[in-house]
Amino acid sequence: MSTIATTDTGIAAKPAPSATAARLRSYGRAAISILVAAAVYEATARSGLFAPALLPTIPTILKKLFAMLADGSMWLHAGFTLYRVLLGFGLALTLGIPLGILMARFRRVEDFFLPLVSALMPIPSFSLLPLFLLWFGIGNMTTILIVFYASTFPILFNTWSGVRSVNPLWLRAAGAMGADEHKLFWKVIIPGASPFIITGMRQGFLRSWIAVIGAEMIAASDWGLGWVIFDSKEFLSTDTMLASVMVIGFIGFVFERLVFGVLERATVQRWGMVRAAKG
Amino acid sequence: MQDAATIAATPAAGRAGERLRAVARTAFPFLVVATIWEIVAWSGVFPKRLFPTIEEIATTFWQLTVDGILPHHAFETLIRLLASFALAATAGITIGVLMGRSRRMEELLLPLVSILAPIPGLAYAPLFLLWFGLGNLSALLLVAVVSSFPIIFNTWTGVKAVKEIWLRSAQSMGADDKRMFRHVILPGALPYVLTGLRLGLAQAWRILVAVEMLASVTWGLGWLTFGAREFLNTDVMLAGIATIGMVGLALEKLVFSKIENYTVVRWGMVAE
Repeated sequence: MSTIATTDTGIAAKPAPSATAARLRSYGRAAISILVAAAVYEATARSGLFAPALLPTIPTILKKLFAMLADGSMWLHAGFTLYRVLLGFGLALTLGIPLGILMARFRRVEDFFLPLVSALMPIPSFSLLPLFLLWFGIGNMTTILIVFYASTFPILFNTWSGVRSVNPLWLRAAGAMGADEHKLFWKVIIPGASPFIITGMRQGFLRSWIAVIGAEMIAASDWGLGWVIFDSKEFLSTDTMLASVMVIGFIGFVFERLVFGVLERATVQRWGMVRAAKG
Repeated sequence: MQDAATIAATPAAGRAGERLRAVARTAFPFLVVATIWEIVAWSGVFPKRLFPTIEEIATTFWQLTVDGILPHHAFETLIRLLASFALAATAGITIGVLMGRSRRMEELLLPLVSILAPIPGLAYAPLFLLWFGLGNLSALLLVAVVSSFPIIFNTWTGVKAVKEIWLRSAQSMGADDKRMFRHVILPGALPYVLTGLRLGLAQAWRILVAVEMLASVTWGLGWLTFGAREFLNTDVMLAGIATIGMVGLALEKLVFSKIENYTVVRWGMVAE
């Protein structure tokens, strides 16, 4: 009884843990769990149960990663992949956002494009890969178009629903306060729809990142992270594979957290459209 | 006023006309696109082998269907999809529930899941091919791994989102762990779980086609379209793509809206 009481008071007496302390602790726990997983992996790799060529140890993977970073080949692979994904994604943005807005604002445009979009959306981008390979050959064009196809639909669809869901009260209020079409569009509709548009961009980028890796495996030659992974299968260099997987994961993480996180903070959070999420 | 009167006078005709107009509205864009396609195909700008006319595609589609080739491919793809999805659902829901209910499991698994989830699953494809060989096993496991992440995340969120007050009241009414799980946590988390399953199935479907191309399975729609490239059979390819699109649409419309209606809508968890 008394021990419980003291522990209770002990906890009560401690100052409330600050947000940074809590965050540090959660980082610590995450680190422990990752270390445990790494140790399990390392033990399996060293146990000799599997061929070392198929299951390389972590130091081997890291050595390979640093070697590839040092001789510049990893940078080139990543550069090519980024070029393809950004170009395809950029094209998807330039088509998806304006078309989504037009569809939401004009009944006629919606009537025309919505059935087409609904018919094309369930077709996975990869199924078009063989067709594009025939039409455009191996290389950048095919990969970029696959990325474009993969990311257009989430962007288009979210923009469309975003503009449609702008509170009509805001439109009327702005109209009553004398906003012209131009002002209404830039000051009400675009900010109002922006949470949806940014969600669409996020989903679109996620899909293009998957699409670029898959498309590069089948339709790229010489450079690209997807290509290097697929190519190293021929040489059983699982260390190159896993090193590239790490880079792929890292770039994806950077985009998701930094690029879109910053974009969100600079726009919708600053405008007070959504509340800041924790972490 | 007069319009309303006319409509009221001929309600059946009005509704039929309305429906006809709606069908025409939907069909119109397809007609436009088909016409453009036909003009390009007939104009001879592109070689005919690479840009077949719609009649050719339709004939091939019909021929392949009658011969049973297309249904066989579609069947194998669907079996593969369902098998890997079943695997993903079982693993994903189990892990998600464990993470939602046990603090320790959450702390252990969440960092790993958050690191692995954003890596495009296809990046592991060559690795799986080396580990498990070409063919079905690799394809199954890869698709299962990829589609389990949305299921894990949503199940975890759903279990955590079950209202505290429901748990407490069930507890005070004397529910044991088993009943608590079956009658409170599971129905409470189900809308999230279903969203996760839906996302997982969509992801599995998107990636399966590519995996079939990479893993050289013997039958499958992805393999059909990819294999057709070797023989420049663009018509077979397009027939395959059309089938893929139809299967995808059917999955979305038939499977998931049905499940949702039977469960969460009936239980009043979400509005129709």
